[in-house]
Amino acid sequence: MISPVARERWIKFSRNLNLQLGLFMLGLLVFAIFVFPVLIAHDPLAVDFDSALIPPGADHWFGTDDLGRDVLARVAAAGLVDLQVVTVCVFVPFVIGSTIGLVSGYIGGVVDTLLMRLVDILWAFPFYVLVISIVGALGPSVGNMYLAFSMVVWISFARIVRGEVLLAKRQEYVQAAQVLGFSHIRIMARHVLPNVITPAIVFMMADVVLTILGVTSLGFLGLGIQPPTPEWGVMIAEGRNFILDGWWVSLFPGLAIVYVGITFTLLGDGLDDFLRPKG
Amino acid sequence: MLIEPLLEIRDVSKTFPQPRTLLEVLARQPKRTLHALRGVSLMLRPGETLGIVGESGCGKSTLGRCLAGLHTPEGGEILWRRQPLSDIRRADRSRRIQMVFQDPYSSLNPRMTIAQMLDEVLFVHAPSMSSAERRDRTDSLLQMVGLSPGLKNRLPHAFSGGQRQRISIARALALEPEVLVADEPVSALDVSVQAQIINLLESLREKLGISIIFIAHDLNVVRHISHRVAVMYLGQIVETAATETLFGNPQHPYTQALLSAIPVPDPDIRSLQVGVQGELPDPLSPPPGCGFSTRCPFVMDKCEKPIPEFFDSGGEHHVRCIRAHSSTFSVPA
Repeated sequence: MISPVARERWIKFSRNLNLQLGLFMLGLLVFAIFVFPVLIAHDPLAVDFDSALIPPGADHWFGTDDLGRDVLARVAAAGLVDLQVVTVCVFVPFVIGSTIGLVSGYIGGVVDTLLMRLVDILWAFPFYVLVISIVGALGPSVGNMYLAFSMVVWISFARIVRGEVLLAKRQEYVQAAQVLGFSHIRIMARHVLPNVITPAIVFMMADVVLTILGVTSLGFLGLGIQPPTPEWGVMIAEGRNFILDGWWVSLFPGLAIVYVGITFTLLGDGLDDFLRPKG
Repeated sequence: MLIEPLLEIRDVSKTFPQPRTLLEVLARQPKRTLHALRGVSLMLRPGETLGIVGESGCGKSTLGRCLAGLHTPEGGEILWRRQPLSDIRRADRSRRIQMVFQDPYSSLNPRMTIAQMLDEVLFVHAPSMSSAERRDRTDSLLQMVGLSPGLKNRLPHAFSGGQRQRISIARALALEPEVLVADEPVSALDVSVQAQIINLLESLREKLGISIIFIAHDLNVVRHISHRVAVMYLGQIVETAATETLFGNPQHPYTQALLSAIPVPDPDIRSLQVGVQGELPDPLSPPPGCGFSTRCPFVMDKCEKPIPEFFDSGGEHHVRCIRAHSSTFSVPA
């Protein structure tokens, strides 16, 4: 027998077009990144000057770049690189920021004031200037990019979660848990966190879009992932010198970025509806 | 007294500091405090229901929260069988005093099923119970409050307000407390459902021998369920007595005004309206004397200060009014 809760979830999911479409597009993306490179014969790093700048056709679906590398193979390989980077740059700040927001909001008082002033200070810095200066000072590498994003992005999650915690703390179910003598860790983990994390998860989806733009922008500027590693921003930068002769070199990585953006926007909207409790 | 009181509240006070604006801080204005409880003394016997009434803002909820441990009183003490409540550990206290909240729509965690909620209480407080024992106990708790255990795997939104309040009661009684603080448990419910919840509380009190502190502003409800009633006004108790004494022979002008405001469903009976003018005084700066002096129709110069003492008019009927002291006022011997 299916539990009533699981049944309700299924009904909710079956009516949620955004979430269904978002998951379908995400599935397609995962397929393109993990399965597709195995199926196509081209090596994303193999240089072949004889077949430079071939337009899209039967052999090279997305064409080849100025060094004769297959653009489709490179877009797929870059997807793996970009999504890895994005996962770390979004998930680590999500965990850190949500924890800080949860504890800060729940404890309140001086701890809360100090942490939130720190957030205010970081908030006041222009995001890209801060990221670029961190990467610029420490040198362009994937590790430094992780560090730069993790230092900056957690504040958004901390703010969102803290605000929700302040609202949840006034709810009588949190007070009931206190009267029932539960430990504060239990109250935070079981009674507050599940009721405050939804906006952070929804923001995480939006943040994936922002981060993919950030990471590709850094790649484009030469401050992120370094060539010859395929990366969408790097690929767009490489193609811009012959955009008129070989438009496909820049176009397809650009479309990949747009595709990821739409996918996670849909997922964010869908999850917002799906995770919000009834009544 | 023959029966030792379960809870003794002695001269408890509680204030809430009001936040100052930046301008007030710069102008070095003194911090203002809201006096929610001003020297409240009460006692509760085992197995009795004590009603606490008063208009909103009089501090009755604050008193309930102090008992449940949600607020810490600043002055006075609360004794549990002669032991200060503040010496009792949080977990032990929660096994003695439990609370039912006002709003059934916010008092249940919307992400937990009823079974999870009750199971958690047992899991935390009785680690020796096996999961099968906890399941049996959950079922019997739900049956005790008149709900079918078949519904336990649902989330709170599947239940009506009355059902949710039953769930709240089951959760509070899972620890077999001796005192249940019910903070306006029926004011958010439909009238027809109110009676069901009141009768449930009443039968549970008889069956389990618990004491109930019933906080409400509906006098008819309080009269129905309480053995004794305390009337609060502006953070103070102004009159306490056995229910029938208080309703039959109210002595404080505020109590008289409250009772005369109960609508009588008979147009031929015109209630003796004891007039009360004006609003509740600002609890940030309560009057120096009798709290009710600003609205009392019988106010005298003597009322303006100091705060009148309690007057025992016999048979556990206490009144905080100087008119009760005077000989012109009839007092039963």
